[in-house]
Amino acid sequence: MDAKYARRRHTNTVAMTLCWGAALFGISWLAFILVALLWNGVAGLNIAVFTEVTPGPGSTGGGLLNAIVGSLIMTTIGVAIGTPIGMLAGTYMAEYGRYAKLTKVVRFINDILLSAPSIIIGLFIYEAVVVPLGHFSALAGSLALAVIVIPVVVRTTEDMLLLVPNTLREASIALGMPRAYMIMRVAYSAARAGIVTGVLLAIARASGETAPLLFTALSSPFLSLDLGKEMANLPVIINNFAGSPYENWRQLAWTGALLITLAVLTLSVGARVLTRQGAQK
Amino acid sequence: MNSVANTLADPTPGGDALPAKLRIKNLKFFYGATLALKGIDLNLYDKHVTAFIGPSGCGKSTLLRVLNRMYDLYPNQRAEGQVLLDGDNLLDPRLDINLLRARVGMVFQKPTPFPMTIYENIAFGIRLYEKLPKSEMDGRVETALKGAALWNEVKDKLHTSGLGLSGGQQQRLCIARTVAIKPEVILFDEPCSALDPISTAKVEELIDELSATYTIAIVTHNMQQAARVSDYTAFMYLGELIEFGPTNAIFTSPKNQRTQEYITGRFG
Ligand SMILES: Nc1ncnc2c1ncn2[C@@H]1O[C@H](COP(=O)(O)OP(=O)(O)OP(=O)(O)O)[C@@H](O)[C@H]1O
Ligand SMILES: [Mg+2]
Repeated sequence: MDAKYARRRHTNTVAMTLCWGAALFGISWLAFILVALLWNGVAGLNIAVFTEVTPGPGSTGGGLLNAIVGSLIMTTIGVAIGTPIGMLAGTYMAEYGRYAKLTKVVRFINDILLSAPSIIIGLFIYEAVVVPLGHFSALAGSLALAVIVIPVVVRTTEDMLLLVPNTLREASIALGMPRAYMIMRVAYSAARAGIVTGVLLAIARASGETAPLLFTALSSPFLSLDLGKEMANLPVIINNFAGSPYENWRQLAWTGALLITLAVLTLSVGARVLTRQGAQK
Repeated sequence: MNSVANTLADPTPGGDALPAKLRIKNLKFFYGATLALKGIDLNLYDKHVTAFIGPSGCGKSTLLRVLNRMYDLYPNQRAEGQVLLDGDNLLDPRLDINLLRARVGMVFQKPTPFPMTIYENIAFGIRLYEKLPKSEMDGRVETALKGAALWNEVKDKLHTSGLGLSGGQQQRLCIARTVAIKPEVILFDEPCSALDPISTAKVEELIDELSATYTIAIVTHNMQQAARVSDYTAFMYLGELIEFGPTNAIFTSPKNQRTQEYITGRFG
C-alpha cells in the first residue's frame, strides 16, 4: 500500500514537472517576443510616428500616419460591414433556424471560413473585386477584412444566444411579445457581453492581418482617404519595411508592430473584462 | 371516462352550471410521434382556480403549454382537437398568437426575470400593448408590484436589476409582470417548487386574491397546496384526465381508485 502510494506521488511529481516545463517553454517564447517588441518598438516611439507619413526610400525620419489612418479606416469599414451580417446570420442560426438543415450547412461552412488561411481570403477578394475593377483599393481591403470578421461574429453570436436559457425566451413569448422583439430586447440583452466580446475579438483579428490587404488595398506612401485607391495600412507597411535595408524603415516596422500589439492587447483585455462581467450577472 | 363527463355536466355540488372561460375538447398532443395527451375534455371555469395534479410525466405541463400555444416555438410539436377561449378556437392557426398570449398569461416553475431593472421588467410588457406617459406608467408598475405583494420590498430599488432579487421575490416579480398586461387567464406551472415556505405562502395568498379577477390554472405536486388554493382539481395520469371535480370532492371522496391512491400518497 505504502509503496503504491509513494509511486503515485512520484508519478505526480514527474507529471507536474513536465507540465510546468512545457508551460514555461511556451510562455518564455511569448515573453521573449513581447520584450523584444517593447524594446525595439518603444525606441522609435515619438510624435513624428503619429504626424508624418511613411518616408520614401533613402530619406530620413518619417512616421506611420498614413498607415495608422488607413488601418483605422479599413478596419472600421470591415467591421461595420461584417458585424451586422455576422450577427444576423448567427441570430438566424440560434433563434429562427435552430433546428433547420440550413443551419447545419451554414455552421459547417462558417467553421471552415473561420479557420481558412487569410491569404486565401485576400486572393478571393483580389479575384472578385480587384481584378474586375482593374486596380487595388481600400474598399477591396475593407471587404477582405469584412470576410475575416464575419465568421468570428457568426460563431460568437450563435454560441452566446444558445447560452440564453429557453425559459427566458418562453417567458417573453408568454407575454405576447413578437419573436423579433423578444430577440432584440431580451435575448440580445442577455447575450450582450458575449456578443460584444466576439466583435472585439473580430476587430483584433482583422487589425493584425497582412495577407488579405496585400492583394487588395496594397499600400500607399501618401495619406489617402479615398476608398477607390490604394491605402496604406500597418500590417503591409510592417511587412514591407521590416526586411528593407533602411534603418529608419526597420525602426518604423518595429514601432508599427508595437502599436498593433498594444491595440490587440487592449481589445483582448477589454473582451475578457466584459466576459467576466457577463458571467457575474 | 364516464365519471368525468358526469362531473363536467354538473360541476358544483349545488348543481349551478358555471360559465366556462376555457373549454378543452378532445385535445391530443404530439411530441413528434409520441402521443402525450390522449384526448382531454375539460372546462376551466371563469374566475376560479383549477389545480392540475398527477405523477411526474403525466402531461400537466404539456396541457398548460397548449393553452397559450407555447409549443408553437418548437417544430415537431402539435396539438389536435379544440381549445375554446370564450368561443374562439386557440388552436386555429389563423388566430393572432401574440394577442392570444396577451389574454393567457403564464408563470413558470423557475423564476425568469428579464435581464433588466425591476421597473423595466414590468413596464416592458405593458409597452407592448399600450403607449403610456411616464407618470401613468409609474402608476401601473406600482399597482402591478402591489398586486404581487412585492411593492414594499422593492420600492426603493426599482431601478436596480431584477436579477438581484431573491428567488421568491423574482417569482412575485414574474407574477406582477404577467398581471400588469391584464390577461384573462393565468397559467401557473409549479410556481412554488423553487420557493421557501414563506414565499410559497405569499404566492398562494396572491393566487387566491387573483382568482377574484382571473381564471387560473395551476400545476402543483403539493397536495396541500392544491387543496388550499383551488376550487376545482383535475387528476391526470399517463396523458389522460382521470378525474375532475370540485376540489373538496376530489380530496374527500374521489370516485376513481387511482385518484384516491395518488392523493393519499400511495403512488406517484
Ligand atoms: N420536449 C419534449 N419532447 C418529447 N417528449 C416530451 C417533451 N416534453 C415532455 N415530453 C413527454 O411528454 C410527457 C408529459 O410531459 P410533461 O412535461 O407534460 O409532464 P408533467 O406532468 O408536467 O411532469 P412533471 O410533473 O414532472 O413536470 C412525458 O412523458 C414527457 O416525457
Ligand atoms: Mg411539468
